[in-house]
Amino acid sequence: MLGFVLKRIASTIPVLLIVAVLVFLLLRLTPGDPAAIIAGDAASPENILRIREILGLEKPLPVQFGIWLMNLLQGDLGESYYFKMKVTSLIAQRLEPTIMLALVTIVITVLIAVPLGVIAAWRHGGWLDRMLMGFSVMGFSVPVFVLGYLLIWLVSIRLGWLPVQGYRSVAEGFGPFIQHLILPSITLSVIYIALIARVTRAAVSETLTEDYVRTARAKGLPELQVLMRHALANAAVPIVTVIGIGIALLIGGVVVTESVYGIPGLGRLTVDAVLARDFPTIQGVILFFSFLYVMINLLVDLSYLIFDPRIRY
Amino acid sequence: MAAAPSRRPDAGAALSDEAYEALSVESATVVQRTSVWSRLARNWSVRIGGVLLALLVLIALAAPVLGTVDPALFDPGSRDLLPGAAGEIMTLEGETLKHTFLMGSDSFGRDIYSRVLYGARVSLVVGIACALLSITLGVLAGLSAGYIRWLDGPMMRVMDGLMAIPGILIAIALVTLWRASLLTVVIAIAIPEIPRVTRLVRSLVLSIREEPYVEAAISLGTPRYRIMFGHILPNTIAPLIVQGTYIAASAILVEAILSFLGVGLPSEIPTWGNIMAEGRVQFQQFPHNVLFPGIFLAVCVLAVNILGDGLRDTLDPKMAKRAG
Repeated sequence: MLGFVLKRIASTIPVLLIVAVLVFLLLRLTPGDPAAIIAGDAASPENILRIREILGLEKPLPVQFGIWLMNLLQGDLGESYYFKMKVTSLIAQRLEPTIMLALVTIVITVLIAVPLGVIAAWRHGGWLDRMLMGFSVMGFSVPVFVLGYLLIWLVSIRLGWLPVQGYRSVAEGFGPFIQHLILPSITLSVIYIALIARVTRAAVSETLTEDYVRTARAKGLPELQVLMRHALANAAVPIVTVIGIGIALLIGGVVVTESVYGIPGLGRLTVDAVLARDFPTIQGVILFFSFLYVMINLLVDLSYLIFDPRIRY
Repeated sequence: MAAAPSRRPDAGAALSDEAYEALSVESATVVQRTSVWSRLARNWSVRIGGVLLALLVLIALAAPVLGTVDPALFDPGSRDLLPGAAGEIMTLEGETLKHTFLMGSDSFGRDIYSRVLYGARVSLVVGIACALLSITLGVLAGLSAGYIRWLDGPMMRVMDGLMAIPGILIAIALVTLWRASLLTVVIAIAIPEIPRVTRLVRSLVLSIREEPYVEAAISLGTPRYRIMFGHILPNTIAPLIVQGTYIAASAILVEAILSFLGVGLPSEIPTWGNIMAEGRVQFQQFPHNVLFPGIFLAVCVLAVNILGDGLRDTLDPKMAKRAG
C-alpha cells in the first residue's frame, strides 16, 4: 500500500512539471518583450531592465526556464509591479475568502447532490429522477453570473433577506459570515450539484443491480441500510473521483462568482490582475490553482484506499 | 453506428417454409433498418434542441429586419429606459428616429433589444468556431498519439498537464497576453478543450486499430496516412460530433464570461457578456440590462446542450450509457 501511495505521489511530479513548462511558454511564446509584459503598462525603463536581468532574458530559453523553475520551487512566484508586492503574499492575502467559498459550496453540493442522486437511482424513471435529469441539463446551461444576479435580485433586493454583496471573515462572527457567503455558495454549487447528482445516480443505479444488493434485500435488511451501506458505499469511488475533477469547474466558477458578489478572494484578484494586465499575478494564480487541482486529485486517488479496500496496488 | 441490414440467411434453402417464415419475422423485428436521419428526427432532445437553436440562428441572421437599429447607435435623451418604453434614437447622420425600446436601453441610450439580437451572432460564431478548431487540432493530436507509438507517451503527458490547468484561466491568460479580438478569443477558448478531444480520439483509435479491416489494410501495404484518414478517422465521426456540440455550448459560456469580466471582445462589439458587463453597474435599479442577455445566453447554451444529449443518445449509444 505504501508503494501505491508513493507511486501516486511521484506521478504528480511530471504533471506539475509540464504545467510549469506550459505556463512558462505562455509568456515566452507571446510576441513582444517578456520583461515589458511583466512590468505592465506603466513601467519605467529601469524596471524593465531590472526584470530583464532577473529573468536572464539574454540567456538561452532552457536556462531561463531553469532560473524560473528554481525560483518557483523556492516558493517565489515573482513580483507584481501593479500591486507592488510579492505575488505569494498577494495570494496569501486573498486566500481565505476563496477557500471558505469553495468549502461551503462543496458542503452544500455533497449534502444535496448525493441524496438526490441516490433517490433518483432508487426510483429510476420516477418523477424525481426525471426532474433531476432535467435540472442537471439546466444546471450545466445557466451561466453562473446570470444565476448570481437572478438570486441577488430575488433574495437580496426583492425579498431583502440577505445582504446584496461583500464578504465578512469568520473572525467577525459566524452569523454575518454565513449571511454573506450563503448566496454565492448556492450560486456556485448549482453546476456542481448537476454534475455530482448525475454521477451519483449512474453509479448507484449500477450497484443496485449487483447480487449483494439482492442478497441484502433478501435477508430483510431495511431499504435505507441497503441503499447506504451496500449501494452507495460501493458507488463511492466514481462519486469521489468526479468531486475531484469537478474542482476545475469550481475554480472557473469562483472567478465569476467572486466578481458578481464582490468577494475579495483569488477570483477577484485574477480579474483585477487581468484588467490591469498584471501578468506575474495571473501567472501566479494559474500556477497556484493548478497545483491545488493536482493535489486535490492526488488526495482523491489516495482516498480510494479508504472507500474501496479491494484496491491494493 | 447504423444497425446491420437484415439479410436472408444463406442456409435458407435448407429450412422448411414455416421455419424460414419464423426466422424472417424474427429478424425483421430485431434488426430494424433505420437511417441515422430518421432516428435523429424521432429523438425529442434533438427536436427540441434543434428547433430552439434553429430559431436562434434565424434571429441572428435576420437581426437587421427584426425591428432593430444599429446596435452601436445611442441617444443621450433615451438613457436607462424601461422595457417597452418609447424614445428616440440618433442615426449616424444625426437624424433622430422614433424607436420603441422593447428591452429598454442602457446607460448610453443604446437599444438593448438590438444589441441582444446582434449579440446572438457573436455567440453562435464563437461556439461553432471553437468547436471546429479544437476538434481539428484534437483529432490531429489524437490520431498521431494513437497511431504513432513513440509519440503517444509525450503527447499524452502534455495533454495531462494542459488538463490540470483550469480552462478558464488559460483563456484569461491568453487573452491578456494577446489582446482580445474575435480570432484570439476563439483560439484562447479552444486551446483548453483540445486535451479532451485528443483523449477521446486516441482511445477510439486504439480500439479501432485492432479491428480486422485495419489489419487487412496494413497487411496490404496501405500507407499510414491512408489508414489514419481513410479507415480510422471516419469511425470517430459520431462521437466527435457529440463532443463538438458540448464544446460549442461551453465555448459560448466561456466567451460570455470573458466579456462579462471585461477581458473578452472589445466593448464596442455587442456580445451578451458585454451587455451584461455594462449593465451590472446599475443592476439594482435596472435589472433588465443584465436579465435579457442572460436569458438569451442561458436558452442558447441550453439548446446546444439538449441537442448534444440527443445526438449522444442516437449517434453514440456507448457514451450515453457511460454518462448515465
